[in-house]
Amino acid sequence: MRRVLKLAALGAAASLALTACGEAPEDNDTGTTNNDSGAGATDDSAATDDGAAAGGAEDFQACMVSDSGGFDDQSFNQSGKEGLDAAAESLGIETTEVESQSDADYASNVQNLVSQGCDLTIGVGFLLEDAIQEAAEQNTDTNFALIDSAFSDENFEPVQLDNAKPILFNTAEASFLAGYLAAGMSETGTVATFGGIQLPSVAIFMDGFADGVDKYNEDNDAEVQLLGWDKEAQDGSFSGDFENQAQGQTLTDQFIAQGADVIMPVAGPVGLGAAAAASDEDGVKIVWVDSDGYLTASEYSDIMLTSVMKQIGPAVEDTIAQTYEGGFTNEPYVGTLENDGVGLAPYHDFEDAVAEKTAVGPDGEEMPLNEVIDAYEEQIISGELTIETPNAPQ
Amino acid sequence: MVKPLTESMVFSVPLILAGLGIAVGFRAGLFNIGAQGQIIVGAIVAAWLGFAFDLPPVVHLLVAILGGAIGGAVYGGIPGVLKARFGANEVIVTIMLNYIAVYLISFILRQPTFNPGRTGQRSPAVSADATYPLLIPEWLVPGNTFRLHWGFVVAVLATVFVWWLLERSTVGFEIRAVGANPKAARTAGMSVGRTTIITMVVAGALAGLAATGQVLGTEGSLTAGVAASYGFDAITVALLGRSRPWGTFFAGLLFGALKAGGFLMQSLTQTPIDIVLVVQSLIVLFIAAPPLVRTIFRLPAPSARPRSRRAVKEAAA
Repeated sequence: MRRVLKLAALGAAASLALTACGEAPEDNDTGTTNNDSGAGATDDSAATDDGAAAGGAEDFQACMVSDSGGFDDQSFNQSGKEGLDAAAESLGIETTEVESQSDADYASNVQNLVSQGCDLTIGVGFLLEDAIQEAAEQNTDTNFALIDSAFSDENFEPVQLDNAKPILFNTAEASFLAGYLAAGMSETGTVATFGGIQLPSVAIFMDGFADGVDKYNEDNDAEVQLLGWDKEAQDGSFSGDFENQAQGQTLTDQFIAQGADVIMPVAGPVGLGAAAAASDEDGVKIVWVDSDGYLTASEYSDIMLTSVMKQIGPAVEDTIAQTYEGGFTNEPYVGTLENDGVGLAPYHDFEDAVAEKTAVGPDGEEMPLNEVIDAYEEQIISGELTIETPNAPQ
Repeated sequence: MVKPLTESMVFSVPLILAGLGIAVGFRAGLFNIGAQGQIIVGAIVAAWLGFAFDLPPVVHLLVAILGGAIGGAVYGGIPGVLKARFGANEVIVTIMLNYIAVYLISFILRQPTFNPGRTGQRSPAVSADATYPLLIPEWLVPGNTFRLHWGFVVAVLATVFVWWLLERSTVGFEIRAVGANPKAARTAGMSVGRTTIITMVVAGALAGLAATGQVLGTEGSLTAGVAASYGFDAITVALLGRSRPWGTFFAGLLFGALKAGGFLMQSLTQTPIDIVLVVQSLIVLFIAAPPLVRTIFRLPAPSARPRSRRAVKEAAA
């Protein structure tokens, strides 16, 4: 199988090579130093820095490292890159992004970017915590940001670094609404969720979803069952990585066999496998995560009930803009329903179906499901209702 | 200028060691796809010995290295025994064992001993006594940031050992004989089953050593992705090295350089990282091409080849 993959990679060779040729000349002033000796990046970086000092803020360089999912994951790496691209456009700064292929690559990728003179290096994902933290400790004169994780020392105690900003999301708030909606929309009385790897940033989705289902049961005297996550025990179904779509398909088939008809995969591109399995079965719907799946995974738009959105792109853009203007702070950014950092996507094709359903709302009155969801959203924003989860950002 | 060179060597350590494991298998006619799983199990054992125990400096490192090798050897021995005893196909068994290892590591990383933070991602750091010392110390080159560690020396020693094992020892002769023709080897009084088990144990031990390069060297702790794709890249390394110890060593160096260089190419010139994979794939294609071309055009194989090279080709085919 691996060999087939490698051969498939061959097909892309020509286009990749052309891309590489096309972009090289854009590197104007740093280009010449780089061409002298590609391997000697560490030595050349001094020269690049001098150039930056002379040219002023226009030479600001924002850099980003993906995790092993890659920037084309139709999920959070992609959202991060969109933020980087948006910043490049609005601020006219230089950007560099590098893709990691495995966990072993993170440290090297981050180090290379720093030695190349990046003013702000952003790591996408919990898995880059150690790489970013190490680089931040060694290079106190440049800034870093890390999406989806705060920093901790070797005893797993939280620490703050002066030059590194965690970008966090309280996604439980939005996935609570998704859980409530899923329970309300389920015909079979069974919904399911699964994760990629059991990280706090993944489990938080599942906690909120579980609470939403519970709330629906409580309000409506219903007994909608949730498969794939036990919030009390903090244990459930995981596909094992953020790459293997076949595993997502297998898990989803199992959930469907157990009667689930609304499924929320929290596993980046693995969710595409779940969507493939769901589209083979009548009446099974998917709740997408991170971005609006109706738009990003448009081949499955007819089964996308809604999406739990995590506005990584705007958060990245803001952080870059702040740093560019000299206002970098190490204070964590926490996305919530209130600041639109997280949210529920529109129901798109299911708009009418959701409005036709009714549920007993927070004030004990029966009303259309979409209005109940809106009411709970307001309660969460006003602080009347808080979603408790051990995985919430500190 | 020196740092990129040392980086190439750092990345070559696991590739060389796991590649040697695959090469030994090839010579015995075994297609060992299980280096990935053997690396993972070796890594688990080495990391556990590294952080959970408190031993004197040098002893601790040796114990952890040995533990990693034994972990890999046991895990490599399973398909060996299954093949020798029941005739189970080693390709299928090793592939399945890879999956078991992947889920084993994610299970283990959720146990309290291995993961006090309960994130399921990273074990406690291996104690300083159990990590490979840097090969180029601070006093020799002041202010250096080289990551090159003694794991590279282990890789060189392992290469010498494998050369001795295959070319100079009785066991090695049996391995090559079984690889060339198991029936003839049996007729000559060799135990094919025993040789299969020994080969797989040695291959697993070498893969376990590759794991120590990661957990006791560059990474410093056990992570779910500790094996990266080294177990599979190692197959290509062994193919390019024509299953010869020193050939594998230099093939490992080349692939290490490709890997280390890929990072720089990506960040400096925005060259897609996949180019590295394409280059590696082309290498495999060109290695496989001569027999393919001969088959298509029905060309005779070049005669008067050294006998052992033939064995490799059959093993690799």
